[in-house]
Amino acid sequence: MTQPTALIQYTLHLADDGLILGHRNSEWTGRGPILEQDIALSNIALDLIGQARNFYQYAAGLINVSGQPGHPVTEDQLAYLRDGWDFRNCLLVEQGNGDWARTILRQFLFSAYQTALYEKLAQSRDKTLAAIGAKSYKEVVYHLRWSSEWVIRLGDGTEESHTRMNNALDELWKFTGELHTAVPYERETAAKGISPDLSTLRPQWEEKVKEVFDEAGISYPPSVWMQTGGKEGRHTEHLGYVLAEMQFLQRAYPGCEW
Amino acid sequence: MVTIDKNMDTVAVWQLLREVHDPEVPVLSILDLGIVRDIRVVQPGSGQPAPGTSQLEIVITPTYSGCPAMDMIRQQIANTLEQHGYGHVRITTVLSPAWTTEWMSQEGKDKLKAYGIAPPNPLQQVCQIRPFHREEAVQCPHCGSYHTTLISEFGSTACKALYKCVDCREPFDYFKCH
Repeated sequence: MTQPTALIQYTLHLADDGLILGHRNSEWTGRGPILEQDIALSNIALDLIGQARNFYQYAAGLINVSGQPGHPVTEDQLAYLRDGWDFRNCLLVEQGNGDWARTILRQFLFSAYQTALYEKLAQSRDKTLAAIGAKSYKEVVYHLRWSSEWVIRLGDGTEESHTRMNNALDELWKFTGELHTAVPYERETAAKGISPDLSTLRPQWEEKVKEVFDEAGISYPPSVWMQTGGKEGRHTEHLGYVLAEMQFLQRAYPGCEW
Repeated sequence: MVTIDKNMDTVAVWQLLREVHDPEVPVLSILDLGIVRDIRVVQPGSGQPAPGTSQLEIVITPTYSGCPAMDMIRQQIANTLEQHGYGHVRITTVLSPAWTTEWMSQEGKDKLKAYGIAPPNPLQQVCQIRPFHREEAVQCPHCGSYHTTLISEFGSTACKALYKCVDCREPFDYFKCH
């Protein structure tokens, strides 16, 4: 099989980020700490999965006209029938929900990145990615505000909530370097003006994270070694469990609809 | 059967789409919501049943990326137009420009309010990122008071937030500006 183009890989990467984080958030549906926040996180999941669908539909179209072998693919096949090493999501989004603090912090760190990313993706030379970026930007702005407020509430809350937020930071910080480290297909799409240069997003991300951590009374961590690999299919052990649950139905009953 | 040719007047089609409602906020038609972007007369693509005749194309855009009502809305558009003799219509989804509550009709806003949902405020600079920054006061659709408070930025659907009136004590949905 020929190697998919950088544009296809990049589009799948954006789709996988949304789908996996959306799925993780949806694991809270019906189990949120209070009804309003259960609904909030479920709505965020819905936005992320909706954005992922737009990217998958575009990727499927690109794959189908690229003349690659195999049947024409659909958005559903891309989501439900690829294996772990085919997924190109960042490691951060596949990490387990943990407690509310870890779920909140994961969302905040990622929303700060997505907000910067989509704002720039809206100027992509690829018209479809630009359209999805502009539309998604309006949605992730809400996610960022909501998760910022929760980081502040917990960090600046009780001793217990403050400790939990710091524990979450210890767990998740090592996965944030990947957000700023371009892999070969991202370098290629950036060179063509299809995607933003990741180094241009970093200052905006750092500024936002520092501002919110400051208000939350959380210390911005010093430079540490960062774990990467997700964007090239090398995942932590957590992704397999997500896929086992998410893909079960389509694997057990191929093509099932209801 | 309605004859569809390239000079066809689409006014009647726009009128018919008033009958298609948002399944999640049934008081609004899809025209009130502003999600119908265009109605065009096109030549059918290959594989269409009647070669040579023109076809209607309805161009729609989703409110939010994950709006689960879109599939049903597509189906209802197709059913409504087919029942009125327009044959098989093509329904195209576009994402750009992104939908905004600025496209909601005044009639739609009035209907929302009468239905008990606060209509969106005019789009303003505060649809932005700062934590704990609130929109300008949202008016209670029940008693008209502006003395209201946000319960949650996310409500029963993606397009709504949950508020409470401090004066009449009633909770209500707010169709948030977007």
